[in-house]
Amino acid sequence: METDTITAISTPIGEGAIAIVRLSGPEAVSMTARIFKGKNLNQVDSHTIHYGKLIDPKTSEIAEEVMVSVMRAPKTFTREDVVEINCHGGMVAVNRVLELILSIGARLAEPGEFTKRAFLNGRIDLSQAEAVMDLIRAKTDRAMSVALKQMDGRLSGLIGKLRQELIETVAHVEVNIDYPEYDDVEEMSHEMMRTKTKEVHKKIDELLSVAKQGKILREGLATAIIGRPNVGKSSLMNTLVQENKAIVTDVPGTTRDIIEEYVNVRGVPLRLVDTAGIRETEDIVERIGVERSRQVLKESDLILFVLNNNDVLTDEDFKLFEAVSGLEYIVIINKTDLEQKLDMDRVKELVGDRPLVTTSLIEEEGVDELEQAIADTFFAGEIETGDLTYVSNARHIQLLQQASLALEDAMEGIDLGMPMDIVQIDVTRTWEFLGEIIGDTASDSLIDQLFSQFCLGK
Amino acid sequence: MTYNAGHYDVIVIGAGHAGVEAGFAAARMGAKTLMLTLNIDMIAFMPCNPSIGGPAKGIVVREIDALGGIMGKVIDKSYIQMRMLNTGKGPAVQALRAQADKPIYMREMKKLIENEKNLTVRQGMVDSLIVEDGVCKGVVTESKATYTAEAVIVTTGTFMRGKVLMGHLEYESGPNNQRVSVKLSENLEELGFELTRFKTGTPPRVNSHTVDYSKTEIQPGDDNPQSFSYETTEQITDQLPCWLTYTNEFTHQVINDNLGFSAMYSGAKRGTGARYCPSIEDKIVRFNDKPRHQIFLEPEGRDTEEVYVQGLSTSLPESVQEEMLKTVPGLENAVIMRAGYAIEYDAVVPTQLWPTLETKKIPGLYTAGQINGTSGYEEAAGQGIMAGINAAAKVLGKEPVILDRSQAYIGVLIDDLVTKGTNEPYRLLTSRAEYRLLLRHDNADLRLTDMGYELGLISEERYANFQQKKSFVELEKKRLKKLTIKPTEAVNAIMESAGATPLKEPVKAYDLLKRPELSYDHIEQMIEANTELSPEMREQVAIQVKYEGYIKKANEQVERMLKMEDKKIPDDIDYDAIHGLATEAVEKLKKVRPLSVGQASRISGVNPADISILLVYIQQGNIARIAN
Repeated sequence: METDTITAISTPIGEGAIAIVRLSGPEAVSMTARIFKGKNLNQVDSHTIHYGKLIDPKTSEIAEEVMVSVMRAPKTFTREDVVEINCHGGMVAVNRVLELILSIGARLAEPGEFTKRAFLNGRIDLSQAEAVMDLIRAKTDRAMSVALKQMDGRLSGLIGKLRQELIETVAHVEVNIDYPEYDDVEEMSHEMMRTKTKEVHKKIDELLSVAKQGKILREGLATAIIGRPNVGKSSLMNTLVQENKAIVTDVPGTTRDIIEEYVNVRGVPLRLVDTAGIRETEDIVERIGVERSRQVLKESDLILFVLNNNDVLTDEDFKLFEAVSGLEYIVIINKTDLEQKLDMDRVKELVGDRPLVTTSLIEEEGVDELEQAIADTFFAGEIETGDLTYVSNARHIQLLQQASLALEDAMEGIDLGMPMDIVQIDVTRTWEFLGEIIGDTASDSLIDQLFSQFCLGK
Repeated sequence: MTYNAGHYDVIVIGAGHAGVEAGFAAARMGAKTLMLTLNIDMIAFMPCNPSIGGPAKGIVVREIDALGGIMGKVIDKSYIQMRMLNTGKGPAVQALRAQADKPIYMREMKKLIENEKNLTVRQGMVDSLIVEDGVCKGVVTESKATYTAEAVIVTTGTFMRGKVLMGHLEYESGPNNQRVSVKLSENLEELGFELTRFKTGTPPRVNSHTVDYSKTEIQPGDDNPQSFSYETTEQITDQLPCWLTYTNEFTHQVINDNLGFSAMYSGAKRGTGARYCPSIEDKIVRFNDKPRHQIFLEPEGRDTEEVYVQGLSTSLPESVQEEMLKTVPGLENAVIMRAGYAIEYDAVVPTQLWPTLETKKIPGLYTAGQINGTSGYEEAAGQGIMAGINAAAKVLGKEPVILDRSQAYIGVLIDDLVTKGTNEPYRLLTSRAEYRLLLRHDNADLRLTDMGYELGLISEERYANFQQKKSFVELEKKRLKKLTIKPTEAVNAIMESAGATPLKEPVKAYDLLKRPELSYDHIEQMIEANTELSPEMREQVAIQVKYEGYIKKANEQVERMLKMEDKKIPDDIDYDAIHGLATEAVEKLKKVRPLSVGQASRISGVNPADISILLVYIQQGNIARIAN
């Protein structure tokens, strides 16, 4: 029997009105009880469901309205205590719940781990063994590739840099230990270590705070819809809003007609920006010029660029192509129900590698393809957001938090005047946690660092 | 003429630092043991630096001693200088290092070996192993003596196809111009073992009378030298100093001008050397911006004038070595007694071994020491004792003994070797240990004495002393937990003298000892003294209390590690038949054949998904067995 309690979102992200966050393990019930306002879950019967609210233990604020099912071992999927928290669907709500659970000590499940536990606890019979292995392999590989793809290049670069700083510090301490007579390097002092750990801690916390207010997680991708007047921008907007469950936000004054609209497209939260502008069918390029509009567009994470199938390409269209070049955009050729006047060859030439979708929004055709294109663009990691919001991966956040805590332990050790080799234990842990984010935990790299940084030997 | 020279339980080939520990341990455990060496005068010879111990390595010596081995006892009788290193750092990284009197070390070791009952020493060159039905059954020497045995341990160090290199001079030789072993190497290859070629080197030795020490800095030993062995009661107080000098731009110029003559830089393909044991030419090439390198002058003994020039390991020609020395302050007129050289030799790829150091290919055959790709006397000795214990255990029908990574540096060393292999001579470093805080110099006895006693390697008397120490430490910790210290004037005077903030509230003695500024001595002044405690016990109490939080954290990690170690992989597992394992993982797993899922997880190229699948597969096997 495993000893820790794991958790994961067990419904497809962003699909459906209700999502489920599941916990399994010895503390599944007690952990949930700690943040649940309603009946005392520790005392309820097995296989019962309860209405209540989740409370953020840090702020004591109500985080979510939920239904919680309590199922005690052994008659559960994993044969361990299992809790299922039913919350509002959509990425924001469900991630919020997951974060809460992680913050009180549950561990994010590995891919396929619930099934693995079910198997290891004898819940699944022999004939299913191979299927389980397939599942683990497939899920792990997919999770790995998605995790890697989802990671912003700059994030991994930044983490790589932090790790390099940490490992140089660790190597410095190690060389003091293993080669005490080597006089080329001064003894790492508490002051030096304090400066270094503070510096790195600050950077990790910056990443975390960015992640916390992460645009993707909280607000969605800033998405602009552009195109000449009357190409169907409003229809596109309305279609996206009607087709998808709009994300309920508690931003004061959020109504249909002001600046932003939140929608969830196949798990990808979009924040449709400047909707008022679109509705007035004003063309931003015309209004503010190519240079400035480029600035505005640059602040978007994704641009939906609409062309009219029923019209020839104009100067304005060329200007728009110019304005979006180098940015993340999807080209939508609308009004395919009308006669084609658009020079498709020329358009394809202009579009190049970018996704191209044809729609007839009036006939509700091509909407699936468009949504798929949006999801693909997101999950392929092509979209580079203005800041490091890709830390929104719950696993990354958890690892960053652990790294931050480990560094705090190191700083506490420094304050207590612990010897450097003791302080270094926590610094090394920090380095390892950060390594897990970018999938690099090879312990030999410390030895390599040691001998490349210092000239040592008999 | 082949003749039958007798039957033994265990045969040890070689009497270096691995061999003597292996032979001694096997004999002490009750196995009738034969030790074969090329030259009885060279038992426990130190072909390189005259020192034993240092960070990590010194702790290995303590571990060997806690298990009932002999390296610690012998160095305690033969040192010319003893130092505790890293005294300004935490308890986990403090370690003893001794400068050895080489001839006396050998003499004392020979005495121990010769006088051990159950242990026979004979001079002889082993040419081949006797292997019957795939099992090792003995050895044949060049003089055609056939010795049969239940187990054979090969500890041949750098002798197998050894080749000495000095400039363009090359010749087949063991270290220090001893005879080379060629046929055994060939025999191992014929038996299907994969060998690799490693290299190491040694600096010149100069005559002490020709050194001008006034131009160097003195490096004395400790005023109150400590011992390696828990059994040593008397310290050598008459110590000799070492001396420190430096290379300079002129030295570096000589080296740069002559790089082409270096055996290692002449372009020929050579065995792999270790990064942590570079020659002086390596240091100049790799760190050419360093203006100087340290050179320690270390006496090789009391009754010899030879001085080891630590820091100047080289394979440059003798003439260049002469020129080089002339540039170093203090060595301008130094006369070389023996020139430095590099040596290449055959090593067994260590992933061919079980964690018991028995070879996977041939049951009954063990290898230990430098032949397994390590460097260093201590690493050799640590493997030697484990090979001796396991060979004897096998012969005597006892359980094998495998130290895990949380029990001993020896466990880290062997696990690294057999799980990951090594592509350069392997040296122990404290950073190789995940649970360094648990693997301390001060607690080697607490970690391993029970095991040594159970194996019959620890005397009753010593064991009784050990148990007393253990119980006294526990009792004292309990006592400190109960005692309350009140904020009296006397107490706060002590607090202030120690630089600690005065007490305002009463506090338990145990909690007060946790304060970094306060030592056990301070606390003792505030409470009724416990006169039963020896200095070692006081030290032990203080360390256990002060670092309790960190130790607890480390123990939690160990618990998680051990859970995976407990998941044993059945011997007959067919990795090819496991659905879903990655191809690379299958190859690596088939090669290493890990005993547990924990060990499997440390193989590079085996990723977490493979481990999950392995876990599921093994569990499935268990279910299948239950069902049957």
